Amino acid sequence: MSLLGEDIVTGKGEFVINIGPQHPSTHGVLHLKVWLDGETINKIQPHLGYIHRSIEKMSECLSYRNFIYVTSRMDYLSAHINNQACALAVEKGLQIEATPRGRVIRLLMAELTRLQSHLLWWGCTGLDLGAVTPFFYAFREREAIMDIMDETCGARLTMNYCVPGGVMYDVHPNFQKRVKDIIVQLRSRFDEYDQLLTGNVIFEQRTKGVGYLSPEDAVSYGCTGATARGSGVSCDIRKWFPYDGYENVQFNEILGKTGDCYDRYMVRMAEMKESVNIIEQLINNIPEGDFQAKTKMVLKLAKGEYYQRVETARGELGVYIVSDGAASPYRIKYRSPNFSNLSALEVMAKGAKIGDLVAIMSTIDLVIPDVDR
Amino acid sequence: MFLKEYFGTIYKSVKSLLSGMKLTGYYFTHPQEIQTEEYPDNRATLKMFDRFKGEVVMPHDENNEHRCTGCQACEIACPNGTIKVITKQEVQADGKKKKAIDVFVYHLELCTMCNMCVTSCPSDAIKMAQTFEHSVYDKKQLKKVLNKPGSKIMEGVE
Amino acid sequence: MNLLLNISFSSLARWIDLSLTNLLNNYMLVKAIEMVIAGLSLLVFLVPLCFFLGYMERKVAAFMQIRLGPNRVGPKGSLQIVADTVKLLLKEGLTPNASDKFLFNLAPVIVVIACMLVMAPIAFAKDFQLWDLSIGVLYISSVSSIGVIGILMAGWSSYNKYSLLGAMRSGAQIVSYELSVGLSIISIVVLTGSMRMSDIVLSQENGWWIFKGHIPVLISFIIFIIASTAEINRAPFDLAEAEQELTAGFHTEYSGMKFAMFLLAEYINLFVVSAIAATLFLGGWMPFHIGHWEAFNHVMDFLPSSIWFLGKTFAIIFIIMQFRWTFPRLRVDQLLNLEWKYLLPISMVNVLLVTIMAIMGWHF
Repeated sequence: MSLLGEDIVTGKGEFVINIGPQHPSTHGVLHLKVWLDGETINKIQPHLGYIHRSIEKMSECLSYRNFIYVTSRMDYLSAHINNQACALAVEKGLQIEATPRGRVIRLLMAELTRLQSHLLWWGCTGLDLGAVTPFFYAFREREAIMDIMDETCGARLTMNYCVPGGVMYDVHPNFQKRVKDIIVQLRSRFDEYDQLLTGNVIFEQRTKGVGYLSPEDAVSYGCTGATARGSGVSCDIRKWFPYDGYENVQFNEILGKTGDCYDRYMVRMAEMKESVNIIEQLINNIPEGDFQAKTKMVLKLAKGEYYQRVETARGELGVYIVSDGAASPYRIKYRSPNFSNLSALEVMAKGAKIGDLVAIMSTIDLVIPDVDR
Repeated sequence: MFLKEYFGTIYKSVKSLLSGMKLTGYYFTHPQEIQTEEYPDNRATLKMFDRFKGEVVMPHDENNEHRCTGCQACEIACPNGTIKVITKQEVQADGKKKKAIDVFVYHLELCTMCNMCVTSCPSDAIKMAQTFEHSVYDKKQLKKVLNKPGSKIMEGVE
Repeated sequence: MNLLLNISFSSLARWIDLSLTNLLNNYMLVKAIEMVIAGLSLLVFLVPLCFFLGYMERKVAAFMQIRLGPNRVGPKGSLQIVADTVKLLLKEGLTPNASDKFLFNLAPVIVVIACMLVMAPIAFAKDFQLWDLSIGVLYISSVSSIGVIGILMAGWSSYNKYSLLGAMRSGAQIVSYELSVGLSIISIVVLTGSMRMSDIVLSQENGWWIFKGHIPVLISFIIFIIASTAEINRAPFDLAEAEQELTAGFHTEYSGMKFAMFLLAEYINLFVVSAIAATLFLGGWMPFHIGHWEAFNHVMDFLPSSIWFLGKTFAIIFIIMQFRWTFPRLRVDQLLNLEWKYLLPISMVNVLLVTIMAIMGWHF
């Protein structure tokens, strides 16, 4: 990447700019090398690894009880769901199941995490498209959800609440009341969000018909989550491979029609409402009993391979554990949703403008630590 | 037909823009909706939740006694090597030797507040405190010794 | 107070002119000194104005975003912007090594000069005007577009690709939106029959144009506000400095006082545009008068004319600020679509309507 030479201005009149690693709209340290023709994007090359912390290798050095907390640092916005995936994988290896109460609490927390992640995404989408105000409105509701997390788990983001066999401690006595309050609050705020951003003509112009991703491309690039569902690909792990009792709750899988940025946006907005519905179904029906199953002090998985997938706020997270019977995993591989979603960026952004690139990146909802791990 | 469409788009766009401005206008004229917390000023009223994980502390009672037996379960449970328990052999009144802690070193700068040490402790010797103002100018000040000088283990804790 | 504000300026100016002529007896020198005095008084007015606008913008933004805004420096944070200015003054004004150093340092000056020139024909109060030239409106619309040269200069000379993209966007944008601004100004010129600012204000003695001119003037007022928001590069038309796309656009490489000058120019431009809108459509310093209601008009006259002018100006500034803190940014092609497909055709038809209205005398 020399400053002079053909890389900067190609013979075709192209113009190469580096967006990132320090750029306001890459949400972290993503580095995109963009070949431009005027304002139109000809080619995009993501350069990864600026925040690679070798989380997979770190996990291999820790015991089965300890490695779970490290995954909070991958996709920090759905930290609880990452932990849940690891806990489920370990439970598979131990051939135990979490207690009914533990499972429901986990599920409630997972949906709250999904809500706060989507709220942050909504604010950032506004921010990326130039409207600063949605960010603050979204954070108001997110803060209320964070308070619930804080009260029950003792931390706001990386709470490390899941343990193999259930959750670390029981929910706070105020938990149910607070969750019911937030359900009411969120339902009234969704209208405000639509009023401010969804219905706005500038926003519609910026997102409709922008960043088109065909269902075939979505499948072949391995896109999951709202990115693929926006294109109409049914891929909700909660429906296809239910875990932790998702089979017992009623909810719809939201599918888009066209696969442009607006559809991805609408899928996420509708998913928030679905999450609220799931929480409403569960909040009055938390079963009594132990919140955590009895496990041994030192966990040892039987020799073999274990795979568990969950639906994080961004898509499918897979945890693949190879055990050689020792107290720590032999090999761990995370299939992170953002890595695959990012790979489809070039298909979506080709021929678009720089402004569209920002819109596309924000509707993929990238979290860079999850890409690099 | 074309004109109808043309003016229809204009009407719809202006309406959507005005509805957005109505919302921001509402918040502008309703200062009671402001969410800002003026942090250093509200120290007196600011209370963290009682489960909030701020730092690891070792409670001592009025006789300067703690509950730590020096079993090092927390040290094993800690994923980051935050805790170092250095033990010594203490000669008791009846002449028997017994393992006891010399220093319980806690590196706040390494701690991720995962709560694993607290849950692993068999004698409830350590817990999470709700303090959160940890910033110091020198990193060395974050290395803490949790047992107070001259402290003993509580009677009856094994 | 009323008398002081209304009368003293013109008599003071006349007195300065007379005494200088008596003293020096050299026409050129007298004019030069007078210009320096005028420029200095403008600067003395503009710097506090920009401080206030900066403070106002932060507070407006904060209240719309359910937060408090600056509240640490000075009472209610009012000195925050002073602190920021001091910080910018103390910062190193970096010049990139590969940049065109002359143009790079010239650009902020050009931008500030261009927007200060526009201040000349604005009537701040009754008889309170720097230069009441006969082509005032024409002068404004021509001088205000010099600023884009400064922006292009900044973008080109920075040797930064983001800056270049920002500058090119800004060029395309200002060239197209100039048309709508011009056409909506013309509709008032048609009604007034004069381009002199003082005439335009006086023509609104029995009612502001926005009320007298029926719907066509209302339309041209809206078009003027939209197009001039675009012309001064403010959100939702701030493509030249689109933070999320081009980091800071044309002023990416600027720091310290040179950056502050762009900021200064932005706020002066905001004021100038609102002042022009207030003068053309809302009667400038003219109090709110209704036809022949003598008593009502007399009551309205009690407020000093400068208060009327500033009140209207700040009302428009508030609306433009609310635009910024409500809407997402347009894309560059949509920006040009808006101008060429909507604003320009509408304003052309509108000018026609206004002309018919003026000829037939349908306005009040």
